[in-house]
Amino acid sequence: MMTSFERTISALSHKEGDRVPLFLLLSIYGAKEMQVSIKEYFSRPELILEAQIRMKKKYNNDCFYSFSYAPIEIEAWGGEVIFVEDGPPNSGENFIKSIDQISTMKVPDVRGDKNLARVLETTQMLKAEAGDETPIIGVVMSPFSLPVIQMGFEKYLELLYFHEAEFQKLMRINTEFCVEWANAQIEAGATAICYFDPLASPNIIEKEKYMATGNLVARETIGRIKGPTATHLASGIAFPVINEVTSTGTAVLGFSANDDLKEIKAAAKDRICLLGNLNALEMVHWSASQVESHVKNVIAEAGIGGGLILAENHGEIPWQVSEDTLIQISEAVRKWGNYPLDWVENG
Amino acid sequence: MHDTSKLSSILLEALININRIKANALFEKTFAESKDLALLEEVSVLALKEIGQGWESGEYSLSQVYMSGIICEELLGKFLPMSGVGEKPSPKMAIVVLKDYHSLGKKIVKSVLHAGGYKVMDFGQGLDVETIAEKTVENDIEILLVSTLMITSALQVMKLKERLKSLGSNAKIVAGGAPFRLDTELWEKVGADADGKNATDIIGVVEALFEGGKQP
Repeated sequence: MMTSFERTISALSHKEGDRVPLFLLLSIYGAKEMQVSIKEYFSRPELILEAQIRMKKKYNNDCFYSFSYAPIEIEAWGGEVIFVEDGPPNSGENFIKSIDQISTMKVPDVRGDKNLARVLETTQMLKAEAGDETPIIGVVMSPFSLPVIQMGFEKYLELLYFHEAEFQKLMRINTEFCVEWANAQIEAGATAICYFDPLASPNIIEKEKYMATGNLVARETIGRIKGPTATHLASGIAFPVINEVTSTGTAVLGFSANDDLKEIKAAAKDRICLLGNLNALEMVHWSASQVESHVKNVIAEAGIGGGLILAENHGEIPWQVSEDTLIQISEAVRKWGNYPLDWVENG
Repeated sequence: MHDTSKLSSILLEALININRIKANALFEKTFAESKDLALLEEVSVLALKEIGQGWESGEYSLSQVYMSGIICEELLGKFLPMSGVGEKPSPKMAIVVLKDYHSLGKKIVKSVLHAGGYKVMDFGQGLDVETIAEKTVENDIEILLVSTLMITSALQVMKLKERLKSLGSNAKIVAGGAPFRLDTELWEKVGADADGKNATDIIGVVEALFEGGKQP
């Protein structure tokens, strides 16, 4: 039997390992596992370590996920984070209040920020535990998508369409921050960095605009990250931009439950590994038979020849998904995901 | 007689290219010829609806939906004082973002309603269930448009519905935002009266509820 690391490398190399790897991206879910509040959970690296170990075993998960919550990055910029009892911490009031403010902004000190330091400490602890057996996935927000929580979506769209100079300035600052933050996680032991870029999806920004902006930013940023990256569109459709995302040098593409499996598999074959695409929100009320059917379908359509890591499509398992559902996903992968996929090839 | 279909096609082209100047020129010319604000509203709603449908099918982006709404709202606001007509009779409506500060969806819906000649109160963003329920009752709201970003807040629509009932409000709730788009059955599960997953369909939804119906 392969280790999780070997299984993942096989998928990334577009080869069939012993089975399709399963990446349950469990972040806030660890607080549920440890029966503590989400705020307390993220304040204590030793709790995150323990939860990640327990959940890997419980769900036969093939990765450790050092991600805490998206707005942890804007805390480093002086932004506000709001914690809730049963969901991901969210960004509060925008800290960029006006476009003029961008001209005076400076890149925050990644290594000196206490919240980011906790993530680095967690990553080091996970690395000591994982050795070379389990991949550790760190996370950054892309410089192109981060402004949504820095300044709000409406103001950002105004910046993107009507204020070229200030947009470029913000991209330069955000790129420096993103590269520094990603490389700090790699140095701490992260195997790969998940580059969250929901605005790359044509659901959010039209392809022509993305090509003239976010794609160029991604090429520069990913080129400077000292490890492999997985670009994740956080539920947004990926197929229309698969060639463009691949051109950034990323190794993995997180795709949507709304993408056509056959179409995207054909486009990705031997070029970029797919990560997805179970519907994380519908999963909240799936029955056991629905779980099996969805898992089986993804494996049947996208598993042949490797190049698939089974995951949900959002980037994080919602709090409201039951443990039973996660166990059923894990069981379905072990039942239907063992290579070779004779049951698919023989019809 | 103006060809509304042709006009809306020209407007759509301008909107998806975020071309405010071209959209303004079309409004100027059409209004100069017709002096008819209702015609501009109809053309705007037709174009916005098509852009919304294009978003659903993956042809257009959310940014195009948003910018189109903003441009139409701005231009109609410019011609409203010249037209001498008031707002349409409509239910008392309010819009709010439940437990979140991301207000893009709220602004799109407001723009579309304004472009269609409807008035809607804005309760703001980041409000909890209790505050929204109190404001709804205080303002005798008949249709409450609730935008959410996270599943956690989407599930709170159920609590909001119950709280409104306990306060004696019969306000109909239209639930919108990403969780309702990604899980198409969620609006019924949380007891909403309609699903506003595509903001540009909002006029049809509101009219159906106003006439006592359910989701069209």
